[in-house]
Amino acid sequence: MTRACLAALLSHWRCNPLQLFAFLAGLALATALWSGVQAINAEARASYDAAAATLGEGQFDQIVPQAGESIAQQDFVALRRAGWLVSPVVEGRLDGVRLLGFDPLSSPAGFGIGQVVQTGDLGTFLTPGKLYANADTGVRLQVGVETVIDPAIAPGIAVGDIGVVQQLLGRDDLSRLLVQPVQPMARPDLGDVAPALRLQRASQTADMGELTDSFHLNLTAFGLLSFAVGLFIVYSTIGLAFEQRRGVVRTLRALGVSLPRLIALMLIEVLLLAVVGAGLGVLLGYLVAAVLLPDVAVTLRGLYGAEVAGALQFRASWWASGLAIAVLGAVAAASVRLWQIAHMPLLSSARPRAWAMTSGRAQGIQAVVAFALLTCAAGLVWAGQGLVAGFALLGCFLIGAALALPIVVRPILRTAENAARTPVSRWFWADTRQQLPGLSLALMALLLAISANIGVATMVSSFRLTFVAFLDQRLASELYVEAADTAQATMIEADMARRGITVLPLLAIETQIVDQPVRLFGVRVGATYRENWVFLDSVPAAWDQVDAGAAAIVNEQLARRASLWIGDMVDIAPDYSVPIAAIVADYGNPQGQLIVGEARFRDQYPEVTPRQFGMRTDDPRQVRAILTHEMGVADGAITDQSALKAFSLQVFDRTFTVTAALNVLTLAVAGFAILMSLLTLADLRVPQLAPVWALGLTRRRIGQLELIRAVVFAAVVCAFALPVGLGLTWVLLAIINVEAFGWRLPMFLFPADYARLGLYALLAAIAAAAWPALRLMRTPPNALLKVFAHER
Amino acid sequence: MRCSKCLPMNVKVLILLMFWPLAALAQGFAGLGSDAEGFAMPQPDPQFDFPVDHGPHPDYRIEWWYLTANMQAADGTPYGLQWTLFRSALAPGEVDGWASPQIWFAHAAVTTPDGHFATERFARGGLELAGVQADPFRAWIDEWVMEGPDLDTLKLSAQGPDFGYNMTMHADGPLVFQGQGGYSVKSADGQASYYYSQPFYRITGTLMLPTGSVQVTGNAWLDREWSSQPLSETQLGWDWFSLSFDSGDKLMGFQLRQRDGTLYNASTWIEADGGTTAYPDGAFTAEPIVRSAVAGREVPTTWRVQLPDRGVDAVVAAMNTNAWMPLTIPYWEGPVTITGSHSGVGYLEMTGYE
Repeated sequence: MTRACLAALLSHWRCNPLQLFAFLAGLALATALWSGVQAINAEARASYDAAAATLGEGQFDQIVPQAGESIAQQDFVALRRAGWLVSPVVEGRLDGVRLLGFDPLSSPAGFGIGQVVQTGDLGTFLTPGKLYANADTGVRLQVGVETVIDPAIAPGIAVGDIGVVQQLLGRDDLSRLLVQPVQPMARPDLGDVAPALRLQRASQTADMGELTDSFHLNLTAFGLLSFAVGLFIVYSTIGLAFEQRRGVVRTLRALGVSLPRLIALMLIEVLLLAVVGAGLGVLLGYLVAAVLLPDVAVTLRGLYGAEVAGALQFRASWWASGLAIAVLGAVAAASVRLWQIAHMPLLSSARPRAWAMTSGRAQGIQAVVAFALLTCAAGLVWAGQGLVAGFALLGCFLIGAALALPIVVRPILRTAENAARTPVSRWFWADTRQQLPGLSLALMALLLAISANIGVATMVSSFRLTFVAFLDQRLASELYVEAADTAQATMIEADMARRGITVLPLLAIETQIVDQPVRLFGVRVGATYRENWVFLDSVPAAWDQVDAGAAAIVNEQLARRASLWIGDMVDIAPDYSVPIAAIVADYGNPQGQLIVGEARFRDQYPEVTPRQFGMRTDDPRQVRAILTHEMGVADGAITDQSALKAFSLQVFDRTFTVTAALNVLTLAVAGFAILMSLLTLADLRVPQLAPVWALGLTRRRIGQLELIRAVVFAAVVCAFALPVGLGLTWVLLAIINVEAFGWRLPMFLFPADYARLGLYALLAAIAAAAWPALRLMRTPPNALLKVFAHER
Repeated sequence: MRCSKCLPMNVKVLILLMFWPLAALAQGFAGLGSDAEGFAMPQPDPQFDFPVDHGPHPDYRIEWWYLTANMQAADGTPYGLQWTLFRSALAPGEVDGWASPQIWFAHAAVTTPDGHFATERFARGGLELAGVQADPFRAWIDEWVMEGPDLDTLKLSAQGPDFGYNMTMHADGPLVFQGQGGYSVKSADGQASYYYSQPFYRITGTLMLPTGSVQVTGNAWLDREWSSQPLSETQLGWDWFSLSFDSGDKLMGFQLRQRDGTLYNASTWIEADGGTTAYPDGAFTAEPIVRSAVAGREVPTTWRVQLPDRGVDAVVAAMNTNAWMPLTIPYWEGPVTITGSHSGVGYLEMTGYE
């Protein structure tokens, strides 16, 4: 009995392979995007964890130099001998790999070196001439020492005993000291033992995790959106399949199959299909992630300097979550239909036109939910705080807008119907309105896809525009030169000044201001700065005050983080406090920056000598030739502005490759949803079209009208998507970006882009409608005639 | 004591491999055993050269400066104190800088009747972070020191997160050579170490405890020992006693517990004037009477100790049974009181109780 029942149920899919395909493909696409995004996130997080363990950054208090980047080894010994439990770290770059040397005997627990910790092979670790790195990094290291492969070490980093790394880097000093969390009873003050050093609390280190979190949150939001679109497909497919099988269900029950058994069998059937679809989706997701991951790695490195392995591992966390969410989604989609079947009277009619049944009451509920969600979004704009609230706002807004779509579209169609004069056009509008319930899920998917596209396109383009302006501001000099040593630097500066070329030295130190790590610059105020720098806010004659040493300029990141604005005093050193004269936008830079005049900087930090210079010249090529031929500056030490700008833009463009790729995928999924809905509707619509055909409308004409209908729907959705997309952009730029990065991006509008997007959406709708329309045109007349012969 | 948790696992394993005898016993001698290639070996009939031999011997694998003290406060409350500096070499010899194969580590502890505080330190050789200098004498790791013009007059200090001490010591007796003139045999197979002691220190100073500072005075005992291949593969752990009787006589006795259940022991009777008599295996016996649950295991904390040749039949009981050293290498070490045929105080060290 059970087997016969199951066979009867499954035969539906054999008769309707397209529905089977829609079900499996919808679920697979949804799962693929979700698990793909999860895979990327899991991979990146594993990389951060490894990096955090390897570097110990943010975990421990550290002792760092007051100025410069070097700690004398004697200072370390003196601190230990004074009772400070500190552990030395030396860092440097070799072959593009970050070398990290430490002392395993004194390092705090949790300052990990991968598997060395687990295997405990410390004798080997201390044996001279060994480095530890993961396989990728190991290949890059060609330093003449043995590299032990340890997959647990963060990408791009090689670790070794401090003695080994010092030797490789040709150093006899240290980079920083880690402070053990537990210290002995009595210690002298740090300043009494090592006045050149300062303590940096763990919490004060710029937290990479917070920045990268926002990026992953962004990705997760996209993943969820894609999943929602996929679930629309599954929901409508299941709905259709169950509608069409009402007859079968009635027959089976009339033959004596009990209701619980039938429900159980149908549930098993859905579960089976869901597992197959989700399994395919996980595989597909793996491919998506594998293709996107290298770009994500580049993005994160470009944005935050975070290293992420470019290779993908098959982690249980993401494939299991992908499977679970897909199966749950499918079951949730099916449960409504199963509930209906459970409450269907045994001998009720099969109701083949049930698609049109969306009752006034259901519409009312949908309107209430949409209104509630939009109200909630408005409330969050007003009262929300933090990234999570930002994304909650985004979710409420998008879902609310999607649910509101049919409610907005219906009156438009009714108005058009009333305005129509000819019988055919009146029928066209009435028929369009009649199809709305069946298509509304697919249209909502399209709305979400177009809105997301508009939103992300606006954000990326706004960002790019601002970024280019920022590059013009920051890279105003035609040439940048890095001198090999102080002597060469002095020579370059003197010689260029003699030739009448404006030289702008780059004077900078790392310091601590208002408990924030800050890069302090001393600039030679001149036309370059006055003309190119655009302030977010400033006092009059800001540059004059900075030049006179009477004021400072801070970047937006520092201003927001330390709650400073113009007019506030900032303590640069114990005897050096100045008011803030201007706030400068510093996009994409997580670090706080503070700018003072050159003279005041040199007074305060006489030990800092500039090694990098910007040069203003009309003839960069000639200056370059002088520098290389007459002063012996290495060619690689000179960068011209256009190269630097091009490189920066390249980093930027790669940054958003991921978002672009996900956008294309979302639109594709939405197009697929329309195609599937139309294809399934096409079969149902034969009985509705037959009378029109019988009245004299040709099949060709009916097909054309079908295409026009798709265009009408797409156009209406596009029109509605524009405000939704712009709202989405506003949330991204003005709320989420400020929460995630600490700066607000100016929003620009790009009507040409929106028009192009609208065109793409229309084309997608036409493409999706073409095949169903073609099938309609080719419906054999006898199939249409049969409608009148059938007793339905 | 908290500091053992600050140390990474790798250090624990390293020290397990190197720390003789505790680690070797805990590990069933993996890696240590009788392999001593490259390292110098103790030879019978040693000729010591002082003060040079108070300093380090980097050609030997392991070495220690091991001080314990029994003390009293003015109100009669007894206290115990430990200060130990270990040297362990990955390879023989010394090199300047991080390439040094010498590893130093140290333990410090204070035991009160109802408390026990312990901590440890680690340092690399070759950088002046830790070391020993013979003349004037100076042994140190980080800020911990044991130093003075010579070995007879010393200042001693150490501290952990919750305790510390500053002491001065003066020896009023001669050095005592254990075993055969300082050549101490550790098994029937002939494993041996160089071993001498200075058990005649008077010690006075201040203990810093969470409850406040305490002035104490008492007696201290310094052991010096170095070797490369001290134990046999069949030995599981050891029980070591340093006992100071009220009569002025002293007794050092240890027994090594072997896999087959038998014991290997050795002892030295030290007269009040420093005259010594070394006893071979079998003369000294120590038998557990009471075991206590300490740090999740059973450890004997009251012993019957006998040396019939000197009429010793005494009960040796822990002053505080919880004198567990929860360090990278855990073991039991604490002050004891002696009753029975003789009375007095002393120190007990027990290793290999898993």
